Amino acid sequence: MTEWLTFERIDWPDIALATLDTLAMLGGSMLLTVLIGLPLGVALFLTDEREVWANRPLHAVLSALVNLLRSLPFIILLIVLIPVTLALVGTSLGVAGAIVPLVAGAAPFFARLVETALREIDRNTIEAVQAMGATTRDLVWRALLPEALPGIIAAGTVTAIALVSYTAMAGVVGAGGLGDLAIRYGYQRFQTDVMIVTVALLVVLVQLLQMLGDRLVRHFSRR
Amino acid sequence: MRLIQIDAVSRQFSPGALLAVDGVSLDIAQGEVFGIIGRSGAGKSTLVRMINGLETPDDGSVRIEGTHVAALDAAGLRGLRRRVGMVFQSFGLLASATAADNVAFPLRVAGEDRAAIRARVAELLERVGLTAQAGQYPAQLSGGQKQRVGIARALATRPDILLCDEATSALDPETTRDVLALIAALNRDLGLTIVLITHEMDVVRQVCDRVAVLQAGRMVEAGTTADVLLDPQHAETRALLADAGVVEMDAQTFDGRVVRFTVLGDDVASPMISRIAKATGTDISILDGRIGRLKDQAYGQLTLGLAGGDVTAALAMMAAHGRVSA
Repeated sequence: MTEWLTFERIDWPDIALATLDTLAMLGGSMLLTVLIGLPLGVALFLTDEREVWANRPLHAVLSALVNLLRSLPFIILLIVLIPVTLALVGTSLGVAGAIVPLVAGAAPFFARLVETALREIDRNTIEAVQAMGATTRDLVWRALLPEALPGIIAAGTVTAIALVSYTAMAGVVGAGGLGDLAIRYGYQRFQTDVMIVTVALLVVLVQLLQMLGDRLVRHFSRR
Repeated sequence: MRLIQIDAVSRQFSPGALLAVDGVSLDIAQGEVFGIIGRSGAGKSTLVRMINGLETPDDGSVRIEGTHVAALDAAGLRGLRRRVGMVFQSFGLLASATAADNVAFPLRVAGEDRAAIRARVAELLERVGLTAQAGQYPAQLSGGQKQRVGIARALATRPDILLCDEATSALDPETTRDVLALIAALNRDLGLTIVLITHEMDVVRQVCDRVAVLQAGRMVEAGTTADVLLDPQHAETRALLADAGVVEMDAQTFDGRVVRFTVLGDDVASPMISRIAKATGTDISILDGRIGRLKDQAYGQLTLGLAGGDVTAALAMMAAHGRVSA
């Protein structure tokens, strides 16, 4: 009756494999989330009223797209995107299959956070950069991104932690990883020991991400 | 020579809203310090931003040496902006860059080479007295030091026009005097044409050659600093002067002739009042008055009460030295 307390029935290599799967999903989807979400966030900012690329229709379209993806609960997004995933990567299973919905869920979220971080920059600073004869490229690379860097890193931390919980949910549709393990063993086979181990690993992962993020924010802050 | 010609410019931010700038025309000459004074919301910032194309007028035109600012393409506008430095109320420094990197910014954007940038930055920081702070971030600097970095940065590309948008409004009175002295020195030493926005008459008094008064987007008065400050015609100008502590005294109670006597230049120091009193036998009472400086020029403005003797002759003698008004 108390055999689960000994953790004897746990298949540790299985846990290691699932951990690696989770890290692979997290790393791959985080990389793509930044590659897509950062330019999207900058575009949302620049196309807004009174900014250098002020463009009401374009801003409205980008904003609506971001809102659309953000309004679906991730578990629904996972299922809705299965045909898209099949078309893009050929499978909706495993780490590769999970990356498409993960990025679709996280990139718009990250983009909004980046937009918010950019809005924190003093109006006079942006005007000053323009008044010095900077191109939009100079404005983005030499001013907006360096100025908002601590905010963008903080946004990345929040996004990475959200992605950890998304990867666990992705387990439901066969993505593998710790979430999958927790659902199959811990929930469906009542193996409480597996549940405890996966939960502990997820907690440690989130703590490490937050610590790393906080340290980087502090390192880059000049205020 | 007219360097900046502003011709009937208007700007409305949204349909149906009040005009932020309403039909303002101004000529600014090469080498002068031109003040634009008004309360917040008067349209000063919008007007001055038309000079470097940060704002575009809906109507009217801004020309710099004959070139239409609004007609410039992107590259032309960037070229113009390198000739027009700008200093901001909240400094507009990059918080993520050191003082030296902030000053280097316009030079990097202009694509100058590293060695030239390093030399120019050192020279500029020395000019504003911040050589020791080169490696510090804005958060480590005082307000006055931040504005000096802002000024050094605005001068980096050797502009011939400097726009100051409430450059001293975030500073304490002593730092304000230092920064204004620096601005005046730049005008004197480099021949910079300076357009300065402020809501404080004291700033105008200290550095401006000419001034325009803006109220609700319209220019209500303009002229030399002496004319506008010593003989204000519009209620808004008087109100701004009152804010600076210049209040018209109520001399109604004096039993005799009351006049305002304004003198400019070296005559301020001469004992003319007592001479006039002696020569005409008139008793002269000083009811109110101030003596001070407008930029580099001494001025005195007295409210005098005249009684007895030959008042007409006394007034004529005064008129020979300065301006007499009722």
